[in-house]
Amino acid sequence: MLALFALLAYGLASNEPDAAIEESLARGEREPAPPLRLPRLSGGGHVELADYRGRVVVLNFWASWCEPCRVESPLLQRWHERISRRDGTVLGVDVLDVSSDAREFVREHGLTYPMLRDRDGGSQSDFGVVAYPETVVIDANGRIAAIQRGPVDDAWMREHVAPLLRDPA
Amino acid sequence: MKRIALVVAATLALASPAAAQCPKTTLGDIEDEVMCPVCGTPLSLATEAPQAERQRELIQRLIADCRSKEQIKTALVAEFGEGVLALPDDEGFDLAAYVVPAIAAIVVAGALGFAALRWRRRPRAVPAPPAGARARLDEDMDRYDL
Repeated sequence: MLALFALLAYGLASNEPDAAIEESLARGEREPAPPLRLPRLSGGGHVELADYRGRVVVLNFWASWCEPCRVESPLLQRWHERISRRDGTVLGVDVLDVSSDAREFVREHGLTYPMLRDRDGGSQSDFGVVAYPETVVIDANGRIAAIQRGPVDDAWMREHVAPLLRDPA
Repeated sequence: MKRIALVVAATLALASPAAAQCPKTTLGDIEDEVMCPVCGTPLSLATEAPQAERQRELIQRLIADCRSKEQIKTALVAEFGEGVLALPDDEGFDLAAYVVPAIAAIVVAGALGFAALRWRRRPRAVPAPPAGARARLDEDMDRYDL
């Protein structure tokens, strides 16, 4: 009986959303981003987050069926075009999605930033993702500088992404 | 005309077995055996989730493509990973789904074995012989000089 109660307590605790990133940011600390290695949505090899060391990465978790993702994707595309000239990039991670639907989403919205595919949602727990979209800003040193649980807007991007970019040449 | 009729008949004869075999399964047959990975419930219970709707559409396309139930499940695993099959994980809290029944089975088996041993070793009550039986036996033994 005691073991059953212990199991129940463990189950409840393990289903709590992981707020470790928010807690670090609230203390003014930037934790190293968890390693991430995923295949490209379009096929043709894998991509690692470490490949982008030295650049600012706007890591966006999304799914094709998610309406807020649909709404924010043009903004992310505009920001990608803006920051890619200043050592930054948007990096999309399509999670738990029908791959053909995801590729259609990318084509329909004309998204040109790199897209990865997390078929089984394995990356979600590392970043504490509980819903879509969620966006994590990673600085040039590979540390998490900001996180948004929900869609981003232009003001949020200006506040959290722009200061990390190098000055335009 | 006769030749055309023969060609049509031959085409129908060839096509009909394929038509009879397809579709090989139904959405209802599959959706209670797979998960909606985002919802965390069996697909059959995820009635309104948009992700579940996309998953159902994919299954319907595969059914229309004449895939069998196992082929569709394999395709779903390719899309969403092993977690799409309605089986609990073998780590974390879900491990209890395997461990608890196993422990319960061991405990029940042990209890049954113990009970069987006790039953076999129990002292058996021997009924007392009827009155006068011993005296009669002694008389018989004396008669035969035993």
